[in-house]
Amino acid sequence: MINLAWRDSRHNWGKLLVTGCGLGLLVGVTVSMAGVYRGMVEDAEALIGGSGADLWVVEQHTLGPFAEASRIDDDLYRSIRQLPGVRRAINGSFQTLLIQRPGRTLRVLVAGVEVGVPGALGQPPGLVAGRPLLRDRDELLADPDTGLQLGEVVPIRRKRFTVVGLTTRMVSPTGDPMLFVPFRDGQDLQFLPGNEAIARQRRRRDRPAGRQALTNAVLVQLAPTARPELVAAEIERWLGLTAYTRPAMKEAMVGKLIEASARQIGLFLVILTLVTTTMIGFIVFTLTQGKLREIAVLKLIGMPSRMIAWMIVQQAVALGLFAFVVGTSLATAMAPHFPRHVVLQRRDLIAAAMVALASSSLASLVGVKAALGVDPAEAIQ
Amino acid sequence: MVSGLRKTYGSGSAAVTALRDVQMRVEPGEVVGLVGPSGSGKSTLLKCLGAVLTPSGGHIELGGQTVFDGDHWLHPDLTRLRREQIGFIFQSPYLLPFLSVRDNVALLAMVLGRSNQEARAAADQLLVDLDVAHRADAMPNRLSGGEQQRVAIARALINRPPILLADEPTAPLDSPRAMAVMDLLERLAGQMGTSVIVVTHDEKILPRLQRIYAVRDGVVGEGRREWVRDAPVRFRSRRLRKT
Repeated sequence: MINLAWRDSRHNWGKLLVTGCGLGLLVGVTVSMAGVYRGMVEDAEALIGGSGADLWVVEQHTLGPFAEASRIDDDLYRSIRQLPGVRRAINGSFQTLLIQRPGRTLRVLVAGVEVGVPGALGQPPGLVAGRPLLRDRDELLADPDTGLQLGEVVPIRRKRFTVVGLTTRMVSPTGDPMLFVPFRDGQDLQFLPGNEAIARQRRRRDRPAGRQALTNAVLVQLAPTARPELVAAEIERWLGLTAYTRPAMKEAMVGKLIEASARQIGLFLVILTLVTTTMIGFIVFTLTQGKLREIAVLKLIGMPSRMIAWMIVQQAVALGLFAFVVGTSLATAMAPHFPRHVVLQRRDLIAAAMVALASSSLASLVGVKAALGVDPAEAIQ
Repeated sequence: MVSGLRKTYGSGSAAVTALRDVQMRVEPGEVVGLVGPSGSGKSTLLKCLGAVLTPSGGHIELGGQTVFDGDHWLHPDLTRLRREQIGFIFQSPYLLPFLSVRDNVALLAMVLGRSNQEARAAADQLLVDLDVAHRADAMPNRLSGGEQQRVAIARALINRPPILLADEPTAPLDSPRAMAVMDLLERLAGQMGTSVIVVTHDEKILPRLQRIYAVRDGVVGEGRREWVRDAPVRFRSRRLRKT
């Protein structure tokens, strides 16, 4: 039996190609949006996992340090170190800042960490160039996305940092590239008031002001045998702080910080899917309308309606799958150039293919309904 | 054979009778004409005979088999009935633009269950008979009007139906081509034993028809072609009505 859908598509290949490419753009946007969400989750996981911390200790009842502000005394790490199962505990400061780059302002997450080798607690997992932080002042490790070069001097607030190393990809949960500075500098950037502020405080309180001995979080590394949940419970019980295990921190970041973005992206996905389905339906309907005379003749001469309907369904599905191939190819090609980290996962692509299949099948019903409604008697004048 | 066939649109005071007590008989291999002015009921009759319109009453027999009796079709699948028992030719060929000439002809044979090879071989034979075999691989838009109409005839005959309904088959053609089409219909009807009913306004083909049924205000009567061809319109219709 001749495949009528294939023959008709081959005959109208130009029209279908343009239509498929147009739909492909929509599918490409849809897939990219899903990829952006996956990228956000992956970045959050990289941030949590890359730090090497088993526990994140923050101010009580806060989701800090990324999802919410957290301030605790910077000597609490000493108490934490004494708890059973804790191998190492260090301070960590995290602050989002704007830095000036030639021709643009760049938002970055500045992490203040103890000096150490890559992969150590609080340090980025690896360097692609340069060396780790060796001095406890004025040095900086930068994510390559910042565009900073080795040896470059970067003014941040009142301080000037020299870029000594470039990290592997390290960004905040919201996609801002990260800078790593020595903890004391990080603390100064966040808690050391400016000259005017110091003078103002002195006038108001009549007492000296200076750097407050605070930090945002304590990063804790546990002994291999220690159970993170138990140590976290101990910290919360005895020190009056909140401690997050890795899964809990991931939940705090993905479930809370990224949640709003995820909802927006989810809504976009639904809208784009509806638009794609509607467009396929409209196109299939238009193509069917252009063939009503042929369909009437086919029905009159004895072509079963199911064959005509199958032809329309096949065409719609082929159109949807073609749009999927164009869209995913486009999304894959554009992902490296996207301003956000885009991760195209196999399961998302399979889901997108299923949605394209379902959408186009659903959309074909419009054309099938139009075709089945054609009276064969219309072929007779 | 058709007897007592009637068709009424609407009901009550709005009822319009399109066909009244139609009696027709077309023998195998015979080519008969169906003539009449616009709105006379020709198309309604053709649709009833083509099993795309359900008559209000009467009896229709195709190829010796009763397919409609009383007020309902006896055949369970009218699409299949059309595919197996009835061939259609239209004023315009309406060939599928995305299929080659050969496949346009072979398609219905494939739908009927014949293999692609068999169906295409049968199509090629018909195309030879209709003198368009040299265009078998061409797409329909490459053919002249006459060639397209011959392909449409081949398509109508691929399943060797006992009855062929031709709706103004010569209307778009000039006189020599119209005569050539009539030659073909006559020859194929004779060869295949197909009953051919030609609906036409084309007076130049009337001499080629073996019998003529004239339709006027839903009444169908058999007439001699001289009446139709020679008489003035008003007189012609009176004579026909008497007949």
